[in-house]
Amino acid sequence: MELLHEDQVERSFLEEITAYPGGQKIRSCQQCGTCSGSCQMAGEMDYTPRKIIEMVRAGLKREVLTSKAIWQCVSCYACTVRCPRGIMPTELMYALRSIAIQQGYCSSQEDSAVFYNTFCDVLHKYGRIHEPTLMGTFAFKGNPFRLMGMAPLGVGMLFKGKLGLIPSRVANIDEVRKLMALTRPKEVKAS
Amino acid sequence: MNYAYMPGCSSHSSSRDYEMSALAVLKALGVQLEEIKDWNCCGSTPVSSVAPVTSMALSARNLALAEEAGYREVVVTCSSCYSMLKRAETYYRNDPAAREMMAGALKTMGRQFEGMVTVKHILELMVYHLGPERLAAAVTKPLKDVKIVPYYGCLLGRPQKAFDDPETPTSMDEALRITGAEVLRFDRKSKCCGGSVMLTKQKAVLRLVEEILWEAADRGADVIAVACPLCQLNLDAYQTRVNAEFGTSYRIPVLYFTQVLGIAMGLDKKHLALGKTFVPAGRVVNI
Repeated sequence: MELLHEDQVERSFLEEITAYPGGQKIRSCQQCGTCSGSCQMAGEMDYTPRKIIEMVRAGLKREVLTSKAIWQCVSCYACTVRCPRGIMPTELMYALRSIAIQQGYCSSQEDSAVFYNTFCDVLHKYGRIHEPTLMGTFAFKGNPFRLMGMAPLGVGMLFKGKLGLIPSRVANIDEVRKLMALTRPKEVKAS
Repeated sequence: MNYAYMPGCSSHSSSRDYEMSALAVLKALGVQLEEIKDWNCCGSTPVSSVAPVTSMALSARNLALAEEAGYREVVVTCSSCYSMLKRAETYYRNDPAAREMMAGALKTMGRQFEGMVTVKHILELMVYHLGPERLAAAVTKPLKDVKIVPYYGCLLGRPQKAFDDPETPTSMDEALRITGAEVLRFDRKSKCCGGSVMLTKQKAVLRLVEEILWEAADRGADVIAVACPLCQLNLDAYQTRVNAEFGTSYRIPVLYFTQVLGIAMGLDKKHLALGKTFVPAGRVVNI
């Protein structure tokens, strides 16, 4: 990595991260690389989990939050159960994704973010996930290739009786919505 | 014996076969699962990624509902629901800040959680609570000449390491051995199938699926047994696409371990919903 310039560094970034459930322990990371070695998706990442942790500590907020790496994690927790320092890189990835979305760092081309937001919308509507609504809404949000790619799966599932067509709802949906309104961070546009 | 039951969203849709077979097997064992009234989605990976705190509060509501109804144990079939609920339970017990957040969110809807409820996976219930003897006593049609690899997926023992080893779990091996089937060694038993990003990072995820199918085929497995709805769908529905992508010719049925148990217990096949897999269950079913 090239030399850091003062204007690249956001000193408050580390504090922002340590406020999240998975962020507290990253100060104690010893950079052993067990997380990267355990990661099935490391080969797909522009920065491995070990590097992401060090970049967070160095205050490289923009580089971390615009990286592809944070969206490659499959949440398998292999890193988390192996980390000798008790750090939870999976939870760290959740925190980074959330901040990237809320502060406008996330590209609109990031399919995973589109999918996850669609998931939250369906949950807000029914209190549960209605798979046909989730898959259908997501399929139509992208380019036509996405729809074409997903169609065989949808048709196959329908044919096998694997799609519940009538949505199952939470009766006290207000409770779920209140809870989401209370705990889902407010969106702040990046300056 | 009655337990509270968290079905999870997919049990009403893509994993109806898991729910049906799980309930049928438990009924035959004398255990009744009672659905948590008005349960909500656990949030899974997507909500955790958009709003990590919300996902914990969503799980807290489910735990509170079960506790209010007087239950002390919640049984979960889906590995993702299990992981999320267990995570909320663990944070509630060990992290004062998270506990305060969950309590605050519940209070706005007039609910509370005292931390009296324990979350259990159905595999844990069967193997460690009911026990192998009780399972063995229910087997009436032992499987002969069937080779099975147990595929646990990533979330069963992770991150909480609650009831089985996070990397080399053995509970499903034990449950399957009771059916009379030959349970094969499976080194990729706790690798991730990439289910949560199959729709968005497909090229990378097909590679993960291929590795699992490769080892199963290499060891000569007739069936891959699973305990998670997303693992089932991912390994089963995408075999054709894997074959097209990698020039392979895999055709291995992927069944829920509860279906395999149900077959060995001689339960009515209708109640085990064996016809819903993309790769037909084949000769295992016709025994």
